[in-house]
Amino acid sequence: MNALAEAFRLIITLDADLFEILWLSIRVSLIALAISAVISLPLGTWLAITKFPGRKFCILVLNALMGMPPVVVGLLVYLLLSRSGPLGWMGLLYTPSAMIIAQAVLITPIIAALSNQVIENLHQEYRDTFYSMGVTGRRAVVAYLVDARYALTTCILAGFGRAIAEVGAVIIVGGNIDHLTRVMTTAIALETSKGNLTLALSLGTVLLVLSLLINALVIGVREYAAKRQYA
Amino acid sequence: MKHLVLLIALTFSTQTLADTIIVQSTTSTQNSGLYDYLLPILKKDTGVQVNIVAVGTGQAINNAMRCDGDMLLVHARSVEETFVAEGYGEYRRNLMYNDFVIIGPEADPANVAGSRDVNEVLLRIVQAGAKFASRGDDSGTHKKERSLWQAAAIDPDTGSGQWYLETGSGMGATLNTGVSLGAYVMTDRATWIAFANKQDSTILFEGKPALFNQYGVIPVNADKCPNVNREAAETFTQWLLSETGQAAIGSYQVEGKQLFFPNANDNLNSSIELK
Repeated sequence: MNALAEAFRLIITLDADLFEILWLSIRVSLIALAISAVISLPLGTWLAITKFPGRKFCILVLNALMGMPPVVVGLLVYLLLSRSGPLGWMGLLYTPSAMIIAQAVLITPIIAALSNQVIENLHQEYRDTFYSMGVTGRRAVVAYLVDARYALTTCILAGFGRAIAEVGAVIIVGGNIDHLTRVMTTAIALETSKGNLTLALSLGTVLLVLSLLINALVIGVREYAAKRQYA
Repeated sequence: MKHLVLLIALTFSTQTLADTIIVQSTTSTQNSGLYDYLLPILKKDTGVQVNIVAVGTGQAINNAMRCDGDMLLVHARSVEETFVAEGYGEYRRNLMYNDFVIIGPEADPANVAGSRDVNEVLLRIVQAGAKFASRGDDSGTHKKERSLWQAAAIDPDTGSGQWYLETGSGMGATLNTGVSLGAYVMTDRATWIAFANKQDSTILFEGKPALFNQYGVIPVNADKCPNVNREAAETFTQWLLSETGQAAIGSYQVEGKQLFFPNANDNLNSSIELK
């Protein structure tokens, strides 16, 4: 109850630190989502409609990668971006860019695997039509993505949810640096370790409200668009 | 893909600023609020922007060995000296000290409060079958705690998971665990004073030389790590060791108590009288 009151107080007083952290969380996760979607949606679709040896195995791997622990992703990205790692020369470690890369790596298999399932179902229905119309390859991928856009929003939301709620990877590659790489989840971890459990819980509440708002917004837009289309 | 990475790099290129450094640090100095107090003063004095990555001492040193930091601020003297001896650090200086304390439930089921020394504290905990929460994360505090068990000729690993609970986490997380379980915990005093979830736990044993806790500061060697911002790291180090920096450290208080005691002038002695 105290946590709810504290969360409310933080929001209505427009607490500057809170909004800085919140804004960084949103920015990092949205950019990670955009990068991931550009890769994962076509990948998932392509895997659903293209026949080649080893396809089933690729899908299996993709599904398994959905369960990849964020801390492992964080560690891999850390070793990659570390000054002594292969991409160390770019100086990206302990920056928001590092967190974006980690989150994008984390959610790409999730969006790809989920969209793969959606498109596969659609493919059963459309295969013959598309074939007879000669729609193949890249054009088919685009056609499926456009046609399934409403169903795919759920896949995208799942990816976003995972990205914004994730702490294990971003704390390793971002370093939880105040005013630079501190996001909602790492701030919650820090306040918990300081024993400020009420503040930690109130930050959690704010994050939950944010997630609710974003989901409501996306689903609202989807419903509206779908209604207009079939009206 | 490469273009994409470059694009992100440009969007957020904050690290190339001339006067910005990364300090790989122990957690107690962050959890106790010391940096929130010191860094604005430093910024005003020198213009250096310090980014703190607070992890355990073990991890901080490992990260610095991979050149992912310009400076170290940690508390495990022998490891720090090895770090410098192996060429990773330019030099090491004493910065400040405080001490470790043993906390536990007020009821003190193992009656450690009446012990003569740390050996007896640990022995009483074992004999009473009480729980002890350990960091278990190779941090400075963890190394210290292990050395105390060794000095007491007790092998706590035989009770691992039963009464000896290795959380593998930071000081704060271990305190949360220990306090909730009514376990004994060895913690640095600064983190304990600033810790907000004490419940019915309290300091039961303190003030012995064996519990001394020395913090050191090391600029990372620019010959080993060419990316190091040598100038800014040197500025911060010298500021910390200067009269201004030492006075600032000494003036930081939580709930009316001084948490860190500056001792940059004392680079030989490691057994300062505890209050």
